[in-house]
Amino acid sequence: MEPIEYTISVLTENKPGLLNKLTIILSRRKININSLNVSTTEVEGVSRYTIAATASKSDLEKVIKQIRKLVDVLGAFLYDEDQIYYQEIALYKLSLEVFQRNGLLEKLIRQYGAKIIAIEENQIVIEKTGTKQETHELYEILKPYDILEFARSGRVAISKSKRRTEAFIQELETSQSNTLSIKEF
Amino acid sequence: MEVLVKNSKKKVESERLSGSEAILRCLINEGVNTIFGYPGGAIMPVYDALYDYEAQLKHVLVRHEQGAIHSAQGFARSSGEVGVCLATSGPGATNLITGITDAQIDSTPIVCITGQVASHLLGSDAFQETDIIGISMPVTKWNFQVTRPEEIPEALAKAFYIAQSGRPGPVLIDITKDAQQAFFDFTYEPCERIRSYQPYPELNEEPLRAAAELINKAKKPYLLFGQGVILSGAEKELKAFIEKTGIPAASTLLGLSAFSTRHPLYVGYTGMHGNYGPNLKTNECDVFIAIGMRFDDRVTGDVNTYAKQAKVIHIELDPAEINKNIPADVAINGDAKQALQSLLPLVDKKSHDEWLKEFRECDMVEMDKAIRKSIQPKSKLMTMAEVIHKLSEKTHGKSVVVTDVGQHQMMAGRYYKFDQVKSHITSGGLGTMGFCLPAAIGAKIGKPNREVIAIIGDGGFQMTIQELGVIMQYQIGVKILILNNSFLGMVRQWQQLFFDRRYSFTEMDNPDFIKIAEGYRIPSQRVHEREDLDDAFNQWLNPEGASLLEVVVEKEENVFPMVPSGSCVSKIRLD
Repeated sequence: MEPIEYTISVLTENKPGLLNKLTIILSRRKININSLNVSTTEVEGVSRYTIAATASKSDLEKVIKQIRKLVDVLGAFLYDEDQIYYQEIALYKLSLEVFQRNGLLEKLIRQYGAKIIAIEENQIVIEKTGTKQETHELYEILKPYDILEFARSGRVAISKSKRRTEAFIQELETSQSNTLSIKEF
Repeated sequence: MEVLVKNSKKKVESERLSGSEAILRCLINEGVNTIFGYPGGAIMPVYDALYDYEAQLKHVLVRHEQGAIHSAQGFARSSGEVGVCLATSGPGATNLITGITDAQIDSTPIVCITGQVASHLLGSDAFQETDIIGISMPVTKWNFQVTRPEEIPEALAKAFYIAQSGRPGPVLIDITKDAQQAFFDFTYEPCERIRSYQPYPELNEEPLRAAAELINKAKKPYLLFGQGVILSGAEKELKAFIEKTGIPAASTLLGLSAFSTRHPLYVGYTGMHGNYGPNLKTNECDVFIAIGMRFDDRVTGDVNTYAKQAKVIHIELDPAEINKNIPADVAINGDAKQALQSLLPLVDKKSHDEWLKEFRECDMVEMDKAIRKSIQPKSKLMTMAEVIHKLSEKTHGKSVVVTDVGQHQMMAGRYYKFDQVKSHITSGGLGTMGFCLPAAIGAKIGKPNREVIAIIGDGGFQMTIQELGVIMQYQIGVKILILNNSFLGMVRQWQQLFFDRRYSFTEMDNPDFIKIAEGYRIPSQRVHEREDLDDAFNQWLNPEGASLLEVVVEKEENVFPMVPSGSCVSKIRLD
């Protein structure tokens, strides 16, 4: 199977050290992480990890199962591109002087759906949300205007499935798999 | 004092205790009676508290922390209970790592408690400070650092729950010295649920029916069981299943002793140095039933040529093991005992005599080409195979056999005819030399009424030889058998077969093991001659207490049959 970029989404308890426990599973198989984002979710005490990594699906399926084994992991899911909606955010810092000298820049910012989030004494900061490809495209456009600094976030993604995070956690809380119970047929 | 935990068997009253004393009370609440440990600066408050708990908690002072963890492993595997280790920070903690890794890969329930420098010193490179949480992350089932005494009861309750539920494994709890010393209001409540941890997947009916259908239609079914059967206590269920279906059954190395080797449907053990029949028939069967095993590469050889013709039914508790190495046609994700109980009524009573006969024909081939040469050798000196074969006869396959790693380990797997459950303790997945002696100590403490025999090579013996001190101090009645060929035999065998006999650093000048044993006041003897072996066995096995027997064996004996590493199992070499 060809390595392509997949998105791993992991719901966890919000506990210190877990990031390390999780990424060590990928590094053990020498899978490089393209981007990683961790944030708390709408459910109190629950964090979401969104990891973009390029590898074969079969390897990542095994990785997902190993991530699920971590005691503080609530759930782990593997998505290919068309199973999720995702965005990244990029920030571009330009000199104010350059910006003021080139009237075209304002038009470009509008055209690319970006916005100016700060204007200071000698620099401005532009923000663009989109896929990596889109933020990169704007980067290439702005490059001739001397980008002073550029930063891009990790991916955030939500699945196209109908599953609700709260309901999922509720299900875990009521699951009977904490003890062995023999199911009779 | 008020009783806080009501509907629990283990009632605990709220008391003002130090963190250290609380740790011990947690252990007692979890039913622990034995701890293997070694003191040091950052764990001293716990040792001080232990001074008053000697009657309830037996502490075994090992001679190296690696000895503590392997002893705890041996204890856990002979008794079925959680093994507990106590060590200090820094080197004390890092010395546990090999054994923790071993316990992780061989699914052994262990709780390690390590002392840590005071919390204000964390991350500062203080004396004997090390990030043991970071170090142990990939080799523990769970780990946690405690920096406040209030966290102790919950951390330890979770530790014991996690270590022994689901697929068992090692847990490490690191406790800072200030948390050990501070006082708090102690209560204890055992852990019964963690929402993010679902150790027992519910059995699905559909794969059970699909499996039963395959099994009922099979002409040449073959069953391979592993340690999962022992860990779930499914030995009786396995026997009932095998007897009802009439399926020839083989064992993995760690599955040995789950099913009597004397049973007419037992066809041997599989893998790199396993028996001829079960390896060969892997690639001839039509339905392959794997129970509580994980298709290790030492079992499968080349996965691309492994059981390709067969429908594979994989009964396994750990979902990460399903489809990891060998794709399953039917996956039953669940506990072995539960799965076998549910499967039993769905399968037909059958016999497969013709098919079984094919295994017996293989046995005859193996006897002619490999076994007879090994157990009735023409060599002047005895062979390992011959010694273990005679030991098996002498003890009627009733002893607990603990082995180290290497040729003697494979010989024990091949020639000791296990006839009782929980009788084989070895380092399978990690292949840790030095495992045997401390593991045998733990095994004997865990099952004091059983005869525990430590079978060790001269190389592995010297890796944890210091643990003889434990045998001496606590009068642990372990019977030690050293098979001395003055070589690192398994490496030498590979050098002979795959590296043109270039014996690079495998020959050993050994010390006088008898004098060493004398130094530890352990009765000992050395035997060279075949005709002296039986008397030597009697003198070694009959008296109470520990004793050591060194058998000087052939220097260049090979273990055959052999599936060369990464090769197809049906290309097994008989000589």
